[in-house]
Amino acid sequence: MSATPWALEVEDLSITFRTDRGTLRAVEGVSFRVAPGRTLAIVGESGCGKSVTSLAVMGLLAPNARVGGTVRLAGQPLDDAGRRAARGRDMAMIFQEPMTSLNPAFTAGDQVAEAIRAHEGVSLRAATERAIALFERVRIPEAARRARQYPHQLSGGMRQRVMIAMALACRPKLLIADEPTTALDVTVQAQILALLDELKRETGTAVVLITHDLGVVRDHAEEVLVMYAGRMAEQAPAARLFDRPEHPYTIGLLGAAPRLDEKRGRLASIPGTVPDLYRPPPGCRFAPRCPFSIAACDAGQPEFRPLEEAHRAACIRAPLEAALAA
Amino acid sequence: MAAFLLRRLGQVIPTLLILSVLVFALQQLMPGDPALILAGEERGDPEVLAQIRSELLLDRPLVEQYLHWLWRVLHGDFGFSWRIRLPVAELILSKLPVTFQLASMSFVIGVALGVPLGVLSAVWKDRPADWLINGVALFGISMPNFWLGIMMILLFSVQLGWLPPSGYVPLWEDPVQSLATTIMPAFVLGTGVASILMRHTRAAMLSALAQDYVRTARAKGLAERRVVFRHALRNALIPVVTLGTVEFGKLLAGAVLTEQIFTIPGFGKLVVDAVFNRDYPVVQGVVLATALIFVTLSLIADLLYMAINPRMRQT
Repeated sequence: MSATPWALEVEDLSITFRTDRGTLRAVEGVSFRVAPGRTLAIVGESGCGKSVTSLAVMGLLAPNARVGGTVRLAGQPLDDAGRRAARGRDMAMIFQEPMTSLNPAFTAGDQVAEAIRAHEGVSLRAATERAIALFERVRIPEAARRARQYPHQLSGGMRQRVMIAMALACRPKLLIADEPTTALDVTVQAQILALLDELKRETGTAVVLITHDLGVVRDHAEEVLVMYAGRMAEQAPAARLFDRPEHPYTIGLLGAAPRLDEKRGRLASIPGTVPDLYRPPPGCRFAPRCPFSIAACDAGQPEFRPLEEAHRAACIRAPLEAALAA
Repeated sequence: MAAFLLRRLGQVIPTLLILSVLVFALQQLMPGDPALILAGEERGDPEVLAQIRSELLLDRPLVEQYLHWLWRVLHGDFGFSWRIRLPVAELILSKLPVTFQLASMSFVIGVALGVPLGVLSAVWKDRPADWLINGVALFGISMPNFWLGIMMILLFSVQLGWLPPSGYVPLWEDPVQSLATTIMPAFVLGTGVASILMRHTRAAMLSALAQDYVRTARAKGLAERRVVFRHALRNALIPVVTLGTVEFGKLLAGAVLTEQIFTIPGFGKLVVDAVFNRDYPVVQGVVLATALIFVTLSLIADLLYMAINPRMRQT
């Protein structure tokens, strides 16, 4: 039963929020899997559902959220109680804002030691020693001194390293990194991502990397899931996706991504706005913004279908080359 | 740290000086002539009045009166009560333990009720328990102390006969009787403090619970109780501690109406009697003592603030 090659399997995930304005369908029909030691990047614009998807896996959504579908961690289906037990032990998460994600009232070392003691019956002294060892592992210089410092005494990059140390404290099978470098300087970004890669190789942790930065995806992920307006748009191995994107939204994103190796006069952008998720359009959600849309696109939800081995897209016109030639 | 303390003490002295000038000046605006009150039966005799005025330096210029008083205060001499013929310092020291006992009991009741209820109503936000707690707190704030005091006397002393309706027994003479005489006024004052602390704790907790570090605490798998009481409450208490010290200061300044209703011989009663008798040295002494208490408490508040807020500490 648990002899699965997957660290994380998400099947047909749906997330709705009940609000004063009505029911918001934030995520619908999302499925993906991640193998140990591999990185899946989930890409999309703000509001596409990538962050709520990761929070739903962790069980950290607000009480007004309803989550459907199944989530399996190393083959074990997770219910609410299972998520609570697995949090911090079998799955861990680091967040976008290292400046505010640490508690200002406790030292960095205490906060990491607390994560260890929450799951393992070790003494405070032993937990603190392990926290210092973890600090060394995430390349925090003068680990013992830093462990005694408060978050306000640490830089943003240092705080994110503390968050990573905390996440790795109990050797999780899954690490979710929600835009871990968005708030950091470019040079610090590169260091943090390199550190995550290295730790992933050493520990065999599966990584889900939430980002809107395609440059990060290209260098650090093996698999990519592109999301648009709460649904899956396209999924493929990273190399394949960058080489032959099939969904018009992905093509637009790649056109809009700034590239360091290419001089551009200005950034390309996708015209139009994301649909209202309180009243989503009946057809393809990207159709109103899509340069390739035809009448059939508005008729119904496009099926998320395989194009070639591991490459799938939710577009009735894919593969586009064939469609445009016809 | 030492520099901080020195700087704070440097602020205390001008504050107290300005306050002493204000008290001295304000008294002069009060209607009524102390000499007339002190002369009693002989108030018709100009010679008696002149003698009283000269004894009390009331015939000197105001500035001279003030400097004379200040000089003696700086030497630890607060003067004599004109009315009771006792040293002011002795009067203050005899009333202080009474007020301190009442204030401490009220404060303990206020904190013990206000802070936990504030936490619970934040955790149960927009649920019936939250509405109930808020309703009771609103009632506690809007209800006048004298009315609650009279109602409690009617219920517990007159109807049930459980507690004495008034009077005061010092703690060291008979602890049980002392608590029996102070528990009702302490409850009256304490519920007011509890209501204020509850509302501030609730607001601070709601803000703390929405912070990213609370999500981090949940993400690392802590039990919800630990998330609320360690991670959120520790930060929410920072503003509440400051407010709590101010509330304690207000209690120490004396609760005029409550002390009057329960005939507790504390600061409040002392100052009211002194004002009615135009007993200037007592009024000045009590106000100065109260100011000193307030200034000390605000210093303690700052130190507590530094103790619980690492961002305020210098390294």
